[in-house]
This record gives sequence, structure tokens and C-alpha cells, in this order.
Amino acid sequence: MSEKKQIVIALAGNPNAGKTSLFNKLTGLRAHVGNYPGVTVEQKWGEFTHNGRTVKVVDLPGTYSLNSYSLDERVARDFVINERPDLVVNVVDATNLERNLYLTLQFLELGLPTVIALNMMDLAGSKGINIDTGKLAQDLGARVVPVVATSGKGMEDLLNTIVEAAEAPSSGWKPIEISYGQDIDEAIGRVEELMSTSSLPLDKMPLRWLAVKYLEGDPAVDQLITTQGQALLPRLEPIKAKLAGHLRTTVDDELEGVMTDRRYGFISGLRRIVVNQTRQDTREISDTIDKVLLNRLFAPFFFLAVIYGLYQFTFWASEPVVGWLEAFFEFLGETVESGMSEGLLKDLLLEGIIGGVGGVVGFAPLIAFMFVGISILEDSGYMARVAFIVDRVFRAFGLHGNSVVAMIVGGGIAGGCAIPGVMATRTLRDPKERIATILVTPFMTCGAKLPVFLMLVAAFFQDNQALVMVGLTIFAWLIALISAKILRVFVLPGESAPFVLELPPYRMPTLSGVLLHAWERTWSYIKKAGTVIVAITIIIWLMMTFPSLPEERQAVFDGRVAAVEETMASNIETYGEEEAAPMNEELAGQIEAIELEAESATLRNSAAGRIGGALEPLSQLIGFDWRTNIALVGGFAAKEVVLSTLGTAYAMAPGAAPAADEAGIEAGDGSAASDVAATAVEEEEEDEEEALIRTLAEKLSVDPAWSPLAAISLMVFVLIYAPCFVTIAVIGKEIGYKWAAFSLIASTAWAYVLCLVIFQGGRMMGWGI
Amino acid sequence: MTIISMRQMAANQSGTISRIKGGGELGVRIREMGIVPGAEIQIVGRAPLNDPVHIKLYGNNLTLRNNEADHIMVDVAEESGK
Repeated sequence: MSEKKQIVIALAGNPNAGKTSLFNKLTGLRAHVGNYPGVTVEQKWGEFTHNGRTVKVVDLPGTYSLNSYSLDERVARDFVINERPDLVVNVVDATNLERNLYLTLQFLELGLPTVIALNMMDLAGSKGINIDTGKLAQDLGARVVPVVATSGKGMEDLLNTIVEAAEAPSSGWKPIEISYGQDIDEAIGRVEELMSTSSLPLDKMPLRWLAVKYLEGDPAVDQLITTQGQALLPRLEPIKAKLAGHLRTTVDDELEGVMTDRRYGFISGLRRIVVNQTRQDTREISDTIDKVLLNRLFAPFFFLAVIYGLYQFTFWASEPVVGWLEAFFEFLGETVESGMSEGLLKDLLLEGIIGGVGGVVGFAPLIAFMFVGISILEDSGYMARVAFIVDRVFRAFGLHGNSVVAMIVGGGIAGGCAIPGVMATRTLRDPKERIATILVTPFMTCGAKLPVFLMLVAAFFQDNQALVMVGLTIFAWLIALISAKILRVFVLPGESAPFVLELPPYRMPTLSGVLLHAWERTWSYIKKAGTVIVAITIIIWLMMTFPSLPEERQAVFDGRVAAVEETMASNIETYGEEEAAPMNEELAGQIEAIELEAESATLRNSAAGRIGGALEPLSQLIGFDWRTNIALVGGFAAKEVVLSTLGTAYAMAPGAAPAADEAGIEAGDGSAASDVAATAVEEEEEDEEEALIRTLAEKLSVDPAWSPLAAISLMVFVLIYAPCFVTIAVIGKEIGYKWAAFSLIASTAWAYVLCLVIFQGGRMMGWGI
Repeated sequence: MTIISMRQMAANQSGTISRIKGGGELGVRIREMGIVPGAEIQIVGRAPLNDPVHIKLYGNNLTLRNNEADHIMVDVAEESGK
């Protein structure tokens, strides 16, 4: 036996039992995150060393049971059965022994060497619950260590026990047998007998456990028998059918229910022996808070206030950091701008890579603080209450009360982001509800879509700006909910999983817990987004740059510029430097205009422009010409790109061309642009976007190809069509790339259909022609 | 001894669970959360739209939808209630 072999432990427990706190206490800040094999359930693991032994801790998903109804439970069970960790450390909430021991019992029935970390002993004490841990350990045949995971009390004991248990010579799997009552026990015996002589793989699972699970109708065990013990079925089924029939007549109940009841019976017997409740619960603070926050009249208002607070906090906290990052990337851009010679590589660096990475990193603070807010809501216990408050509404659309969180974070109030929204769906246990929520979350008015909306509203709905923006937000909610309903009827049909949910006691979130939680998620965003966005921005940049303009056409533009430059030179010769300055300034403006025209022509000629042109027959039915199409193609990379690409297509000075500002040649009052140059860096960035919004709005409002109806169509399209690529990447990581592809295609098709109805319907009604 | 379904219970009413109707995933899920025959529960309240229902069980708070509460039969002592 090698002394140095790593000990592998699985950390298990009910949700809200303090598993995360204990994991962090055990492993410090060095957690690794990956996925369980074959599924998109996140696996977290870490390591620590104690008494010279290295211990690897795998954090199992928080579950109430080891059935195979939910993915989390399946993952937890498959891990312990297939990976056979040296032991399970089962976190048990001492204030809620009955329910927590139900999971413990299942590990013990499976036979895994188990250490029970009896958590929240301080709270139990203050509630008057006294637990005889020695007796508990004796009756369960497992080691029991009282701990307080939040403060670290009892940790040394726990570490010692873990190493000791793993090194114990008798640490094999020893299933405990509990009695399910005479009738069921007899059936278990007969099933065991049949199974023992069958072709079933019995090396990994104890025989009795397999028999118990078979009688309980466990889907995974059923599957195992169908695939590997088919011959057994005709002999097993009568036993089960007879037992079920017998129970229906004697106790009028279903077999699986009776078995669960009997397990609980065992636990309550145990509880009577080991728990000495010195006094009954006095009214808890938590209940008093609930009296207020869950008041039937006021609950929705408190909820809205909390959400409003979440947004306020996010924007308030992230604003300075976003500013610094913008300044940093601007500085980086300027360094490249001045330090490199003109050329494609420079353009690629500037527009593709710095722009792309800057976009991802620039969004990170917003996402990080959004996660801080969400973590506070989760850790405090309010999140479960949110599900309680709004479930009735969301259930009508085939969603879950918790879906609201993803949708709000995704932009339920204008300005969110779909990425943290999608990642916030992890609290949804039912896969159908979760997928539906993920697919509709990108329909909300996220922050990146806002500039496009602002521009179109400024161009066509001057008098009703606020009204249209509010209308758009409400429209987003309606479409998201209706889409969810459609998905749940046609794509993800079926009953939703049981809702029954714990409302954990309110707790003061710990700073380290919240920060760690937020950091993990933000880092996971940066990793996912960073890799994808660079590739995608380069591809989009290539598509918008190549093929470049044919030489003869470029020569025409060059010739025009050269001609103007000649005039400028001759002006200086004729009138002298000073006299010529005002004239030449105007001419410099002309050069700028020609260059923008050339850029627009390049864009039209590029791959993206050709795609945009090729799509015109389709897009004209919803009111868009090739320019809009290109902008929408660019929007696949990031929705912010839609506005700037539209600007280039209309030969407007884009925000990234500082030369235009100095020349001050913009249509309308060009002087505003030159004022901008004097102000601070980050303000300049903002004003450039504002200037683009203003000039583009002016242009479109008088363009005969545009109408208020086309503007509405575009707003709806931008709202609904394919999520940005980072979101697609995150969806892929969360629920698989099949659904990511579905989201991309179905959202775009859905947007097209909606716009077709709006645009063609509107025209028939005689609007906006 | 009066047995009614949990959906029919009024706020603050308490009782002992006498029976869970039905098996399958729902039946098992309800029981796994500790809602088993013999357990004492109290209705704490209901959500703004009257659904889901908020209950107290062994000092812990749980919530479930009305259509799930339909499966839970509770023995409410006559004198309990308000």
C-alpha cells in the first residue's frame, strides 16, 4: 500500500446545508471548475493537505436525495458509484436533521464510508436542539463531527476524521440495511436472490441497494436492468406488481411512496433517540422578516424595490471600473494607432482584437457586480422567496418562479446582460424549464441593444421617446413569455418537475462567500467569452474588410482625394499659409467625406456587404436594405456593433475615427464634435456614441427608404434575433451546443416572422408608407 | 378528526399529514422534502396570486404549488385554526 496515495472525498449535502461554505473552508481559494463527464453540470474540486496526506475534494451538486429523477441527483450518484471516492463527507444541517438525514441514509444504504459533518451546531444549540453525536454515530455506523462551517469551528476535528477514516483498515463499502416493513423486506429478499444469479454488474453497486432501487422504480436502475439483465425482467416484474398491488389494498398507497415513508420512519425513530429538544421554537427572526417581505399585498413591491436596488448597485459600483477599463483600452488603441504603420495588421489589431477583447473585458465589471448582487440575494435566502412570489405568473407560461431572475438580469429592466442571465438559471432544477428560460432570456433589452434603440427612437419617435422605450421593454417581456410558452408546448413539452422548494432561513451573506461566488462566475465568463470573442471579432472583421475594393474603384477615390489635396496645396501657394487656412479646412472636410464614402463602398464590396446585398430580397420584406443587413451581421459578434456598422454603411464618421472630430466636418453642427476633443477620455467615448446616434438619426429621419414602421421593425429585429456570440458560447457551455445552435437559428427566424407580421401588417394598415 | 387536502387549509391552520396521494416523481419529491405521513405542518401563508402555498414543517419553511398540495391530505384538529 502506498502511503502517499491521494485521498478522494466527495462533499455531499442538501441545498442550504452549508456545503459551499464547508468546501471553501476545506480547500481555500483554489477551486477548479469543470464539468461532470458528458453533462453540462458544473463540477468543482479542490485540494488540501493534512497530516502529510493530500486530499482531493469533489463538490457534488446539492441534492435532497440520490434518486435519478433530476440531473443533479444523477450526477451525484453516478460520481459516487463510478468514481468510488474514498469517502463521502455529508454536510448535515443540525437544525433540520430529519430531512438532511434522508440523504445520509441513502449514502449509507449504498455502503459508502461516510463522515457526517454536522453543521450549524451553533444555531441548533440556540434553538434548543441538543444532539447526542456519539449515539447518532453509533446508530448510523458513520463518523459524526460537529462543525460550524461559517466560522470554521470543528474543522481540525473534521480534517483529522477525514484522514483517519480514509486510512482505516476497514474502510470498504458496508451497506446498512434498514427495514422497510415485513412485506417489502420479503420482496427485497426475493429480488436480491434473482439478481445475484443474473448478468447484472454487481461489482459496483451493492445487491440490496439495487433491489431496493428496482422496487422504488428508479429510472436509472430500470434502464440498467433493461440493457444488461433483460432476461431477469419477466421474473422481477411479478414480484414488484404483486407487492404494489398488496400495498394499494392494505395501505392504499404507491410502492415508491411507502418506501420513502418507511425511510422517514427510520429517521424519526433515530431522531427520538439522539435529539433532546429542550424547548420548542420561539418565533424566529426569519419568520418575522417573512411576515413583512412575503406579505401578500406588499411582496411584489418589495420584490420590485429589491430588483431596482440590484440594478442601482450594479451600475453605481461598476461605473468607475468600466471607465478605467475603457480608458485603458483607448490608451492601448492609441498606442497602436501611433506606434504602428498603416496597414491591415494595424486595422486587425485595432478593430478586431483590441475592440473584441476590450468588449469582453469592458463588460466584465458590470457582470461581476451583477453577480455580487445575485450572490447576495442567493446567500441571504431571498432568491427562493422570489420564486415563491412570482411562480404563479411564470408557471402560466411553462416557466418557473426562478426564471424571473434570469430574465431580469438579462435586461428585464433596460440595461442588463443576457450572459449573467443565462448563468443565473443554474438554480432551475427542471431541465425543460431551464432550457426555455435560457432561450428567452436573450430577448430582453440588454445594455448593448440600447444605443440602436435610442438612435431609432431619436430619428422617428422624437415626441414619444420615453413611451417607445418603455413600450419596447414591455414588448420584450411579452414576447419572451409568449415564446417560452410556445417552446414549452412544441419544443419542450411535458409536465414541469415538482416545484416543492425550501425557503431557507434568512442569513447575513458573508463577504468572502459573496466575493468568491461572484469571482468564480465572472472568471468563468471571461474564460468562455475571451476565447470565443477574439475568434469571432476577427472573423467578422475579415468579413467586413475582404475582399477589398477593386483597384480601379479605389483609384477613383484616391484620385478624388489627390485632386482636393492639390487644390489645398495650390491655395497655400496662391494665398499664403494663413489666408488659405479657412478654405483648406473646408477642403479637408471634403477629403474626410470622400474617405468615408470609400469606407462605405469597401463595406458594400466586402463579404459582409455581399451577404447583406444577397439578403436584400428577404430583408426588404421587413423594411431593411443591405446597410441594415450588414449591421445585423456585425451584431452577431456583439450588439454594440450594430450602431457603428450602420454608421460606416451610411458613411458616417464612426466613433473610432478621431480624425473626424478634429476636422469637425460632421453634418449639422460640426462644432460640437470639436468641443468633445477637449473633454476627458471616457466622456469623449460616450459623446462619440451620442454624436453618432444624433447624426445617424438625422440622416435616417429624412431618408426615403426609412419610415417609423421600418424603424419599429428594426427595433423588434434587434431585440429578438440571434443572441450575441458570447451569449451563444455561454449557452453552449450551460446546456450544450445543440441548444446554442437552436437559439441562434430559431431566434433569428422568430425575429424575421415577427417583423414580417409587423412590417407587412403595418403597410396593409397604411402605416408609415 | 377532519381530513382535508392541503389546498383547502386556511392561513395559520395546522394539522398532521395523514396521507400523500399518488406516487411517481411528484409523490417521491414531496416526501423527500420531509412531507410524510405523521409530520406536523402549519400553513404560513400564500403568494400574492394565492399560489404557491408557504408551509412550516419541523420549524423549516417550504413552499409548493396548489396542484401539489392537492396530493397532501392533512388531519386538521377541529379546534385549531385561527
